[in-house]
Amino acid sequence: MDLQSTKTNDALIITVNEARIDASAAIRFKDGMRALTDGGPAHVVLDLSKVTFVDSSGLGAIVASMKQLNPGQQLDLAELTPDVAKVFRLTRMDSVFVIHDSMDSLSRRAAG
Amino acid sequence: MACQFSLSATATQSGVRDLLTGCRRALVSAKVPAAWRGTVELVWAEALNNIAEHAYADDVPGPVKIMATVKDERIAADIRDRGRPLPGLSPPPRHLPDSDGPTEALPEGGFGWFLIKGLCETVEYQRKAGENHLHLVVHIPRYTA
Repeated sequence: MDLQSTKTNDALIITVNEARIDASAAIRFKDGMRALTDGGPAHVVLDLSKVTFVDSSGLGAIVASMKQLNPGQQLDLAELTPDVAKVFRLTRMDSVFVIHDSMDSLSRRAAG
Repeated sequence: MACQFSLSATATQSGVRDLLTGCRRALVSAKVPAAWRGTVELVWAEALNNIAEHAYADDVPGPVKIMATVKDERIAADIRDRGRPLPGLSPPPRHLPDSDGPTEALPEGGFGWFLIKGLCETVEYQRKAGENHLHLVVHIPRYTA
């Protein structure tokens, strides 16, 4: 799974460089997220701007990525594409995560 | 203009992914708007994943076939496999897993049939001659093929 991580002042930004988080990618995604977040900063933001498709297995893997965080760590989501946002809305998982419309507003907030 | 296509694969995770890629290409050719292709692909992905994960045993995957018809405002699909029948010979009721509890209790699955039933106008299942037949219809308002 192609996950790219960037450390900003106070957050770890993980960008998914693949178009799909589906059943065939779910375990690799979850394992990749564990490797990147374990022992990392308290604030983790998952940049989903390049992801155009998430099925229920992918959704489960994103939820699992949050559940496997260390105590005190938080996982936010950012830049959901329309079909991905729809899956979160339909399953009401949009109420479980803090979802940022854009990474720009996030970095402005971090800087301010 | 109506459009029909039929695609088959072995029901493994990578087989399902390849099948969905073929379906997406066919939906583009049929000029289904992008805003609706995602919904149709999600419904089909959930149905096909269920077959790969539950109908067939992990070490003995079998065939799965999808026959789709795009006509007027509807996209209908017949999905057939030769795996185990659905428990109770019926799709489970539409149930949304509870996400109100603490983080450690959040659901990581169980959304598949909820999504299928929520997004489809028709969901029909039949077990015929050792095959599972799942008929799914997605209604696409204001869309003319």
